Amino acid sequence: MISDLFSVTVLIGILASGIRLATPYLYAAIGETFSQKSGVLNLGVEGQMLLGAFAAFYVSLNTGSLWLGLLTAMLVGALMGLAMAYVTVNLQAQQGISGIGFYLFGLGMSDLLFQRLMGTVETVRGFPKIYIPFLSDIPGIGEIFFSQNILVYGAYLLVPLAWFVLNKTTLGLKIRAVGENPDAADSLGVNVGRIRYFTIILGGTLSGIAGASLSIALLNVFQQNMTSGQGFIAVALVYFGAWRPAGVLGGALLFSMVNSLQLWMQVKSVPIPSDIAVMLPYVLTILVLVATVSKVRAPSALTKPFEREN
Amino acid sequence: MPAVKKRPPREWLSRLLDSLLPVFATLAALFIGAVMLLFLRVNPLEAYKALWDGAFGSSNAIAETLVKATPLLLVALGICISFRGDVINIGGEGQMIVGAILATWVGLTFTTLPGWLVITFAMLAGFLGGALWGGIPGFLKAYFNVNEILSTVMMNAIAVQLMNYLLRGPMIDPAQAELASKIPQTAPLLDVFRLPRLVPTRLHLGALIAVILAILVYILLWRTTLGYRIRAVGQNPHAARYAGIQVQRYMVLALLLSGAFSGLAGATQVYGVNYRMITDGSASGFTGSAGFNGIVAALFGQLHPIWSIPASVLFGALLVGANKMQRMVQVPSALVIALNGLVVVFVVSSEIWRRRRQRQRLAAADHEEEEPPRAETGRAEAGA
Repeated sequence: MISDLFSVTVLIGILASGIRLATPYLYAAIGETFSQKSGVLNLGVEGQMLLGAFAAFYVSLNTGSLWLGLLTAMLVGALMGLAMAYVTVNLQAQQGISGIGFYLFGLGMSDLLFQRLMGTVETVRGFPKIYIPFLSDIPGIGEIFFSQNILVYGAYLLVPLAWFVLNKTTLGLKIRAVGENPDAADSLGVNVGRIRYFTIILGGTLSGIAGASLSIALLNVFQQNMTSGQGFIAVALVYFGAWRPAGVLGGALLFSMVNSLQLWMQVKSVPIPSDIAVMLPYVLTILVLVATVSKVRAPSALTKPFEREN
Repeated sequence: MPAVKKRPPREWLSRLLDSLLPVFATLAALFIGAVMLLFLRVNPLEAYKALWDGAFGSSNAIAETLVKATPLLLVALGICISFRGDVINIGGEGQMIVGAILATWVGLTFTTLPGWLVITFAMLAGFLGGALWGGIPGFLKAYFNVNEILSTVMMNAIAVQLMNYLLRGPMIDPAQAELASKIPQTAPLLDVFRLPRLVPTRLHLGALIAVILAILVYILLWRTTLGYRIRAVGQNPHAARYAGIQVQRYMVLALLLSGAFSGLAGATQVYGVNYRMITDGSASGFTGSAGFNGIVAALFGQLHPIWSIPASVLFGALLVGANKMQRMVQVPSALVIALNGLVVVFVVSSEIWRRRRQRQRLAAADHEEEEPPRAETGRAEAGA
């Protein structure tokens, strides 16, 4: 049983599914990185993901168009982001708590719509695998990295893109300035509120995609509470990755690989309890937070509402 | 200057408006709920009437409401303590679970001791389990600067897996262990270990305990040095440090106590409602999301332990009534979860008006002493 793990095909299968399962974490956590870099903690990611997952699934099921489904998920996520932005920027609400509110709203709303509009669990044919020519033929590597669906590729392309935008563009500079010292940014003519609106809505949109990636690309079903805490983990991954896209990628892979291994263990009914395996990344995250927090500094204005001094 | 208009005669009105903000927030949420119901082609009045009947329509319904309100109140009491200490505890779910595990262990282990003793020990075990699960993030925040929102969320996930592991393995009901299906649940508690019922309904002693604790938490927060210090740290940690308060210690204490009350909530669920622990693999399967809804109730009660009592009853009523609504007008009870979310968002959003009025009151008080009107007042007026 456990020795099966060391056969090449099993190992390749586990790695390939680990790469795949990192997708929702990546979209959601990269989105969260943007909002946190601008000083906003969005704790409602889980709710945005759930509504996104439902929207994508329902629209895909009824129109037959996965792209339309994805677009709807993005729209729904963006709308949730807009609401969050209004509450955060204009009403200056305490972010940790309003995020919980948005989470509960998304949890209840997606469940309500699911029961009312569908009622039973159905399946769709999700985004198909795209085999990258030549690269997918490489033994092992090809199956792990180059035989995935479009949303998986998108998630990995997002990482360098996010790094580029945050570190090499004026927009990124403004985002970081707003998150570090909004007063200074404001006095230099940066519109703090507008930047935060942008990052929160972007975060919502990406969370919507994260949800869609679950319901129409990875699992191809919708169930109540199907994200089961992944949105919260995505928020933690941002801290874990020290607000750097590459760090976020590392954390996402850690979680998804353990998950993939755990799923395999369940199927094979390995005597090691899988519950303990699932627990490990959470314990590790806490330990990493303990180890890094003194070295890495969060954006100074994180969770602090900005109010202009006259 | 407009600042002159704000004078003490209208102060009571300003304060009344402040205390009514949560009510407005709930009405707003119910209104949005009504609009949603219309979209679902359900008559909102019918739906809300079913909800009301389900929650208060009979003595059984009222008892059910109070049974649901009990864990909400206990969690809310903990939230009052931690949020007053400016520590955000999102870990109620995990703290409930760990409290329940320890309490269940007591009941399954000391089967020869008298009932009252085991119940007492079990409640203490729940308290301790929650304290442990809240204390760890508190310690990490105070001494390692680890964000408590994140660590409590992580601790929730860890607790769920711990519960799943124990209930599938070491703590599984021996009767289930022999079956092929293996339902992940513990053996039932002995009948004498059940929390006594108060009237011939499902209402159990836990509700009374929760109300008594609400009064004790009020005393703790406003009549003891410990409570004063927790609040001082919450309001201004720097000032508290200058005043010689060991800020870190009170941060840990705030989260530890907060967790303890959630742990007790978990214990009362086992000893008062289910009489065993059972898992469907998720946290909410055991807690019914009380760890989150307790936050809603505490916020609604303006982080005041006494006001948290009616607030918990209200949200207990919503949860119980939602089931009836589901049966009568086929609206999924999930509607109420969504509405709870909106209440939270509205309550924290409406804080801005309270802050503005507070500033106006301060400015008005200042104005009587010193002549030049402060710039702040004019701005608050313009914004409001």
